[in-house]
Amino acid sequence: MEPAARVVTVESINPKVLQCEYAVRGEIVIHAQRLQQELQNKPGFHPFDEILYCNIGNPQSLGQHPITFFREVLALCDHPSLLDKTGIHALFSADAIARAQQILDVIPGKATGAYSHSQGIKGLRDAIAAGISYRDGFPANPDDIFLTDGASPAVHMMMQLLIRSEKDGILCPIPQYPLYSASIALHGGSLVPYYLDESTGWGLEIAELKKQLDVARSKGVTVRALVVINPGNPTGQVLAEENQKQIVDFCKNEGLVLLADEVYQENIYVDDKKFNSFKKIARSMGYGDEDLPLVSFQSVSKGYYGECGKRGGYMEVTGFSAEVREQIYKLASVNLCSNISGQILASLVMNPPKIGDESYESFNVEKQGILSSLARRAKALQDAFNSLEGVTCNKTEGAMYLFPRLHLPNKAIQAAKAVNAAPDAFYARRLLDATGIVVVPGSGFGQVPGTWHIRCTILPQEDKIPAIISRLKTFHEAFMGEFRD
Amino acid sequence: MSPKPLDYESLNENVKKVAYAVRGELYLRASELQKEGKKIIFTNVGNPHALGQKPLTFPRQVVALCQAPFLLDDPNVGLLFPADVIARAKHYLSLTSGGLGAYSDSRGLPGIRKEIAEFIERRDGYPSDPELIYLTDGASKGVMQILNTIIRNEKDGILVPVPQYPLYSAAISLYGGSLVPYYLDEEANWGLDINHTRQSVAEARLKGITVRAMVIINPGNPTGQCLSEANLREVLKFCYQENLVLLADEVYQQNIYQDERPFISARKILADIGLPISKEVQLVSFHTVSKGYWGECGQRGGYFEMTNLPAKSVDEIYKVASVSLSPNVPGQIFLGLMVNPPKPGDISYLKFVAESKAILESLRKRAHIMTDGFNSCRNVVCNFTEGAMYSFPQIRLPPKAIETAQRAGKAPDVFYCLKLLEATGISTVPGSGFGQKEGVFHLRTTILPSEEDMPSIMSSFKKFNDEFMEQYEDYRGYSRM
Repeated sequence: MEPAARVVTVESINPKVLQCEYAVRGEIVIHAQRLQQELQNKPGFHPFDEILYCNIGNPQSLGQHPITFFREVLALCDHPSLLDKTGIHALFSADAIARAQQILDVIPGKATGAYSHSQGIKGLRDAIAAGISYRDGFPANPDDIFLTDGASPAVHMMMQLLIRSEKDGILCPIPQYPLYSASIALHGGSLVPYYLDESTGWGLEIAELKKQLDVARSKGVTVRALVVINPGNPTGQVLAEENQKQIVDFCKNEGLVLLADEVYQENIYVDDKKFNSFKKIARSMGYGDEDLPLVSFQSVSKGYYGECGKRGGYMEVTGFSAEVREQIYKLASVNLCSNISGQILASLVMNPPKIGDESYESFNVEKQGILSSLARRAKALQDAFNSLEGVTCNKTEGAMYLFPRLHLPNKAIQAAKAVNAAPDAFYARRLLDATGIVVVPGSGFGQVPGTWHIRCTILPQEDKIPAIISRLKTFHEAFMGEFRD
Repeated sequence: MSPKPLDYESLNENVKKVAYAVRGELYLRASELQKEGKKIIFTNVGNPHALGQKPLTFPRQVVALCQAPFLLDDPNVGLLFPADVIARAKHYLSLTSGGLGAYSDSRGLPGIRKEIAEFIERRDGYPSDPELIYLTDGASKGVMQILNTIIRNEKDGILVPVPQYPLYSAAISLYGGSLVPYYLDEEANWGLDINHTRQSVAEARLKGITVRAMVIINPGNPTGQCLSEANLREVLKFCYQENLVLLADEVYQQNIYQDERPFISARKILADIGLPISKEVQLVSFHTVSKGYWGECGQRGGYFEMTNLPAKSVDEIYKVASVSLSPNVPGQIFLGLMVNPPKPGDISYLKFVAESKAILESLRKRAHIMTDGFNSCRNVVCNFTEGAMYSFPQIRLPPKAIETAQRAGKAPDVFYCLKLLEATGISTVPGSGFGQKEGVFHLRTTILPSEEDMPSIMSSFKKFNDEFMEQYEDYRGYSRM
């Protein structure tokens, strides 16, 4: 019997899967991987001898070192038998040993290989809540915390809860980190864009929020939540306190859940701005749990720790009814729990060594070293982009990216059209082919129509930056030479 | 008063429909009792290390070194770690793209996927393509991803065994599809009768459902049965005839407690059948580090292998995987170690083999102890646990017990399990959480409590059960009216 067309074909799979896009690891990256293969098989074939992945916030893949104290504790928790060995003090610092023992004591049976409570190990949530409280000056409840395999699964969980149909909309900043657009598409909802203002350093205007909200509602969309990324990705702006207060009031008045992506909270490079969590802002305005549904996301992937591969993170869920929280718990329980090592790391990130701890000095040297280097690299690359003809680049106040605007000559735009590419994708591809530098076209993040950008990370090691800048300049000059009107 | 944006009423309906009994009512009640100071024996989930099983030494040593690679530079490292551990840690670190802290390829580290492909080839005798092996944060995430790819709407049906591991029913609810049950045969040791399956498909189609996939769990959960070669051939031919994707959950492939039916992978049988079926049937196979004799549930390491999926579909699956960036790297290393354990001659080999054998032999013993223990209880009948980690005894509840349960607003098996919990501290999962024939009740427990604890647990159960049965059978039909 001749079977009918097979089940898993692009024609017959879930259309939401087809609609979902994620440019950070999209076409240009696939091309880069091909080039990398070619570099191995045919050395000398390209005008560069290595691919520089500036497409993704993956610090340790570009040479950033992990924080020693954190890794000491994790190693001891992975293999607790080490704690019984006599040679151990020769290899591990005393406070790492003490912290590992403390952590193992809150893990039932000290079994780091067992599934934990579906929200994460209680003792670790206690520690994280204490860390949040210390950071904000307002209490945090360990039962509000859901530890997840990175912040991304937590975002997915919230989208799953909030989106019933394509009539449910989520307000997202444009430009945004495309996890949001991908997740909304995957769950069958509608992305309601609000534009950040490039001319004011990517400012977030409440008037713009209101305008977009009203437009969506007039189209019959029920807007359920507002996503705010602070510090911003790809834009790097850090919100001012006043702005945050306006956002909180806006959500409260319009009946929106505030989804606060705060994964870059430890990446701030300017002295005139500081990170304030939305929870802190809301509480400081006198708003309690009953006043505002707020979900705050944090991760171990960024900051100065950059532990992307560990998949550690959490969401702090406040302002929901007990019935809703039960549903969140239920969803979390289907996956049983997040990886234990990641949970431990999240508790370390929120409770790093303090002054007086044996490891504090060396920890602080590592931490400040990384953060000050990131600040220098941000400045160097920003200045470099700004020095290019037809390129303007806002200041990177925080996060890990630059998002320069390309004012491309008409000739370039036409050339792009001729090969069916968006102009920024065309530029990014040419850049890659000429220099080996991988950036992500702005269209992957969203931008005001008719404007073009690229997102480039600030993560290559400092000693590579001058070479990157000179290659970039050379390429750009040649590009403009070719396409200048 | 501003409108409440996220009330229970306005949640995604599909989320509300999800049920996952493994951490449902019984577990929540058990946790409450534990907080009150009662000693609870958690047998609700296949979580070996939580019940005293020790992690294997070798993988923990390797991963610990990978976590702290600066130790490798220390002259004293050889005092704490044997040479083969050091070599293996260096090997896995060299496969990463910057150590454990860097996102890997979204499909998992190529080097580890290659090791898994080599394992599959050794196991099955047929080549496997690393490009078609995707690593995930636990097998569950892979299952969910594949189901989400297949299910378009409520008219898409997925054939699921009854009883089943409720990840399947939960995922199908979440993604808005239809669960099409096919009943396993309790009287035939939970055997899979393809005629039942055929019938289920026909009934579903009459209701306008497009049946798209068939799930097999081999060895079974909660039932433990191991599918025979003949069975697997029937299933694959059936999938060919009915145009179904076969989803083969093989996470318990190392947990086999009888010798008549060793584990054979669906992929091997598919290849054995030969053309045209071997090139036509679409198959996704799942495996994990959480079970077997490793029991490393907390690491969240799993993979799925795709067979006969067109390249474009694989690309779409890759795309969705990339949104989550990458599976956790330590979990990936555990997978590599699982498929590539120490070999004869390696320094750590003897210890590794001793630890592994001890666990597997003990599990086999406990499978027997539990089955026999249940069978010695009044009104309890229990099939032998041929594989996996569970026992799924049938509890023949007397009519009075069923009535009492219904009056209390509880399903009869939930009622029984709650009473069991309160009397003995044994936390099980009622059979209704897995599906069962109407009017037939079960509970699922694991075979994981330690060998030392088993006798007292079984006698505690027997005492409770026999008293329960005495109480509720002691109804000679005399009415008090």
